[in-house]
Amino acid sequence: MSLLELTDVTRSVLLPDERVLEILRGITLTVDAGEHISIVGRSGTGKSTLLNILGLLDSPTSGEYLLEGASVARLSQRKRAWRRGEDFGFVFQQFNLMPGRTALENVAAPLMYARGRQFWRRRALAADMLDRVGLGDRLEDMPEKLSGGEQQRVAIARALVRGPRVILADEPTGALDVDTGGEVMALLDEIAGQTGAALIAITHDLAVAARAQRHYRLAGGVLVPIVLNAPGQVTEWVGDVPTDVPTGAAELPGTVRA
Amino acid sequence: MSGIVSTLVEAWDELRIHKLRVLLALIGVAVAVTAITGITAAVQMMNQAFREQAERYNGRDVTLMATAYQRWSGDMVATTSTTPDPAVFEAAYTRVVEQYGIEHWSRVGWGQAPFRFPTGTQMVQLQVVDPAFGVINRFQTTDGRWFADSDVERLAPAVVVNETFWKALGEPALDTHPTIVLGGPTPVRAEVIGVYASSWDQEPPAAYALTDHVNRWTASNEGYGPPELRMWVPPEMAEELQPLITRDLMALLPGYDVNVYPNEYYNALDSATKWVVLGVGGFALLLGGLRLVNIALVTVRHRIREIGIRRSFGATSGRVFFGVLMESVVATVVAGLVGVVIAVAIIKNIPVERVFGGGIEDMPPFPLSAAMIGMACATGVGALAGLIPATVAVRVKVIDAIRY
Repeated sequence: MSLLELTDVTRSVLLPDERVLEILRGITLTVDAGEHISIVGRSGTGKSTLLNILGLLDSPTSGEYLLEGASVARLSQRKRAWRRGEDFGFVFQQFNLMPGRTALENVAAPLMYARGRQFWRRRALAADMLDRVGLGDRLEDMPEKLSGGEQQRVAIARALVRGPRVILADEPTGALDVDTGGEVMALLDEIAGQTGAALIAITHDLAVAARAQRHYRLAGGVLVPIVLNAPGQVTEWVGDVPTDVPTGAAELPGTVRA
Repeated sequence: MSGIVSTLVEAWDELRIHKLRVLLALIGVAVAVTAITGITAAVQMMNQAFREQAERYNGRDVTLMATAYQRWSGDMVATTSTTPDPAVFEAAYTRVVEQYGIEHWSRVGWGQAPFRFPTGTQMVQLQVVDPAFGVINRFQTTDGRWFADSDVERLAPAVVVNETFWKALGEPALDTHPTIVLGGPTPVRAEVIGVYASSWDQEPPAAYALTDHVNRWTASNEGYGPPELRMWVPPEMAEELQPLITRDLMALLPGYDVNVYPNEYYNALDSATKWVVLGVGGFALLLGGLRLVNIALVTVRHRIREIGIRRSFGATSGRVFFGVLMESVVATVVAGLVGVVIAVAIIKNIPVERVFGGGIEDMPPFPLSAAMIGMACATGVGALAGLIPATVAVRVKVIDAIRY
């Protein structure tokens, strides 16, 4: 049984002029525990929407999403929130650290929604996780006193502190320079590997994407497997590209249907 | 358990981080709570001051006053023109108070007695009482002391005099045991054991003496009439005792009509004034609450991204709602506590003598009810002020919030 399983998932929204914007179309994806998957694509291709669906922040319009074999459609909002906190860790492009709180408080923040030992030992757990990302000496620093790379490491520590089964990284290196981005991805890979969490990274950077075991390209709302043999170099399309998406067309905006 | 604690911890963290805005928002609430709590306490203090003042004239709550009138015939009531036998009244009164277990009681009679001052003999208003009169009427001396039970047995009579009397005597130090001759057919030297404040500047000399002393040392009780009986009884028993004591005294005092009635108080502060001042305090609290709503709403809009991030951590909409609500409640509870502390500090430092024109003997402790009212108002305002921003926070779309 796979950890995550999307089958023919679509996501569309109704525009103010009554037209339907199809953001995702026929997405089928399987992710096993401990896997590292990357999804590439330019802005506006539905990458974040896919990530939000995977992270239970959004729901598919149609199709099926199984989490450990159970359909998430049957989960109540409360249960979805609970599973989101328990099973998913988010890493955002803009770090999204909470201002006015120290690095330690930021990392401890998700543990406020945990129960039992995790809640009561939140500061110790957060300090330990910051130590693991190399910031054991910056516990009381405010985010604005940290560099971009350090802020993203705090964000990674925060995403991992509850021991999630899936890490969803949305452009994790988007706000970092190439070298720092590489270091951050190496750290993310390493810690995800240590904890056995699956890592799904969305990026427009092919070099970052190349670090994953499996690679996908999202274009026009359609997810297509790709093979990256050399870092940053797409060597072949693996899956069938839908007939209404021009082959080789890297990105398409969401298709609008009347 | 951890869910409740974490909600509170989260709310407290928010307040700690945004302490400046919280401080600004809560000044109004704290001031209003201070006003409500302080006014409630002050009203109780004023009531106590008025009560004590009234009790100095009429006795404590409730003092039953029994008066006996000699019956001439039928419904005719006469003044005391004949000399009643003190022993008869003593026996009757003692029996009644013992029967009903009344601890504090005093005979009270009025008359005049000749005192030989250095400037000559002068008739002085004399109130004849028992030692318990001091307790029942909250008697205060400015110098010396009131009668003790042991004074009844002393050989020389004792008197407690007003300042005019004392000045006429040459203002002697009481620890020198000053005496004055109480004139009449059988003169006796009385010791001045206490001095009390004159009621007004030109008040003539007046004195208190013990009933037993007067009965023992004066040749006759002429002019004193049947003594009144004052009994300090539990308020809840007063109504029940009134007819019983009337009945019993009537039976024990043949030839006398007996009237037993309770003392009364002026309690205007309990009603109108109290509600007016509480109304003003409540209005101030409402203004503070509106200010809090305003600031909380602005703050929530600035925290949309943070709310989105928290949702990604697994915060349910209920948790977000109560988190924002609790921020407001915790804040106002803290403000309420500050307000109550300020109110206590103010009330405890009021110059009572100057404000109330006299001391308060039994200073009421800072009323718990006032503190509770203040805290309840603060919590209520916090909850109401938190509802609107909490609703706004729940309606935040998570995906948009994260990108905000």
